[in-house]
Amino acid sequence: MGLLLTPPMLWLGVAYLGALGALLVTSLWSQNDFTGEIERIWTLDNFRSLLTVDVYRTITFRTLMVAAVVTVVDAVLAFPIALYMAKVASRRAQRLLVIAVLMPLWASYLVKAYAWRGMFSADGPIAWIAQPFGLDTPGYGLFATTVTLAYLWLPYMILPVFAGIERVPDSLFEASADLGAGSWQTLRRVVIPMAFPAIVAGSIFTFSLTMGDYIAVKIVGGTTQMLGNVVYDNQGAANNLPFAAAVATIPIVVMLGYLAAARRTGALENL
Amino acid sequence: MLSHGLRRSLTVFTLVVLVIVYVPLALVLLNSFNTDNTFGWPPAGLTLHWWQLAWESQGARDALWTSVKVAIMATVVALALGTLAAMGLRRTRFFGRNVVSLLIILPIALPGVVTGLAFQNGFRTILGIDLSLWTIVIAHATFCIVTVFNNVQARFARLGSNFEQASMDLGAGRLTTFRLVTFPMLRSALLAGALLSFGLSFDEIVVTTFTASSQDQTLPIWIFQNLFRPNQAPIVNVVAAVLVVFSAIPIYLAQRLSGSHAEGLTGAR
Repeated sequence: MGLLLTPPMLWLGVAYLGALGALLVTSLWSQNDFTGEIERIWTLDNFRSLLTVDVYRTITFRTLMVAAVVTVVDAVLAFPIALYMAKVASRRAQRLLVIAVLMPLWASYLVKAYAWRGMFSADGPIAWIAQPFGLDTPGYGLFATTVTLAYLWLPYMILPVFAGIERVPDSLFEASADLGAGSWQTLRRVVIPMAFPAIVAGSIFTFSLTMGDYIAVKIVGGTTQMLGNVVYDNQGAANNLPFAAAVATIPIVVMLGYLAAARRTGALENL
Repeated sequence: MLSHGLRRSLTVFTLVVLVIVYVPLALVLLNSFNTDNTFGWPPAGLTLHWWQLAWESQGARDALWTSVKVAIMATVVALALGTLAAMGLRRTRFFGRNVVSLLIILPIALPGVVTGLAFQNGFRTILGIDLSLWTIVIAHATFCIVTVFNNVQARFARLGSNFEQASMDLGAGRLTTFRLVTFPMLRSALLAGALLSFGLSFDEIVVTTFTASSQDQTLPIWIFQNLFRPNQAPIVNVVAAVLVVFSAIPIYLAQRLSGSHAEGLTGAR
């Protein structure tokens, strides 16, 4: 059995983890401002500026906030849909709904972000609907970014939650009703606790994908900056790769913490 | 089970959200026929002009071909590694099992900028290798392994190992058993995993921008680079519309291939 595991472990354990390790090492190097060459001298300067420069603190905080809001919005939207798909819809409707949820998942990421650029544009449908009421489109910015990201990752939340609720046996619903619980109480005390690991599993995607995004931010965010933008803008030959590496350690640390917490709920078996 | 009122609210809620989900996609389709190249709403008129231009666009064609090549190669690697990992972890309960599962999930659990930057830094700064089509394939294969792994593992969990044991009892060796029993048992799971892996790679842009050289343009990179150019925007919109329509094909196939819906589909990323 060990022999079978050797190739995937070499790939993931040595190459991928090795690359992540090298990223951490690079974050401790510096770049010569003059030549643009990376100098392999140990320094904590990158982390020092990351912690002390206000802009980076603001961007980190903003990114975590957007990731949290997107995750909560997706969970609140996904739970009723998943419940409907798993326990209310007929067999046939269930099949169609799975397809209806998957379609946007497979439609290109860029197309969806781009579609919201059209929605939020100055002469787009949102402005068209809002103007008779004396309102206007919120335009490109933090709000548009949050809406677009919540839209993009919604299927990643619906699918695990759907699978999680589908696994709750019907007999538990009946037992709960027999014991005198109303629908809401059944939801609150039976379904939600049992589906919780699945919700956490979905949240890993919504949180992580939001935290690393920079493309949707560029498309609908206007001048908004998130951590992904800082990483992207600092990579490449002309820029500061060691600093980009230092910025990239923030999502790594946050996600490792998130995964460790998620593991305790049993969420990782729901991925 | 659930009260009548709650069921009705759930139905209405689901329908409303689904409508909101599809409105932006419908807008992309409609705008591909919009005569106005800044996509004013409501459209002033309809035209097939952009579709013709898009069909003739060499840049879009080249990018499409690059994306297909990358997705196929990444999928082949992911199929091999994902199947091996699932077979290796099967029936074993050794201490490292959780570590291996975590390692397989990690490339999709970490944000794309991290995986992308780690590979770029690894290739260029550490190993001194120039970025190319191959560096994209290596990075893509890494996060595609999980789709194959999940599908194969779910299939193993569902079918157990009785058939293989029977085969061995009847005198077949390991290789014969794999060829005649294990592989046929896995075939549809492998196809579903390959399909997901292809889709994941085909659509990926974040890791790709970090691991592609300036000569290698995948379709998402081409779209992104042309998105903000006024004279290219209508053509990009047509390509986007085509992608929306074509996204129905893999879903249809994956639905037919995977036995239960939960299996195979939730391994989407």
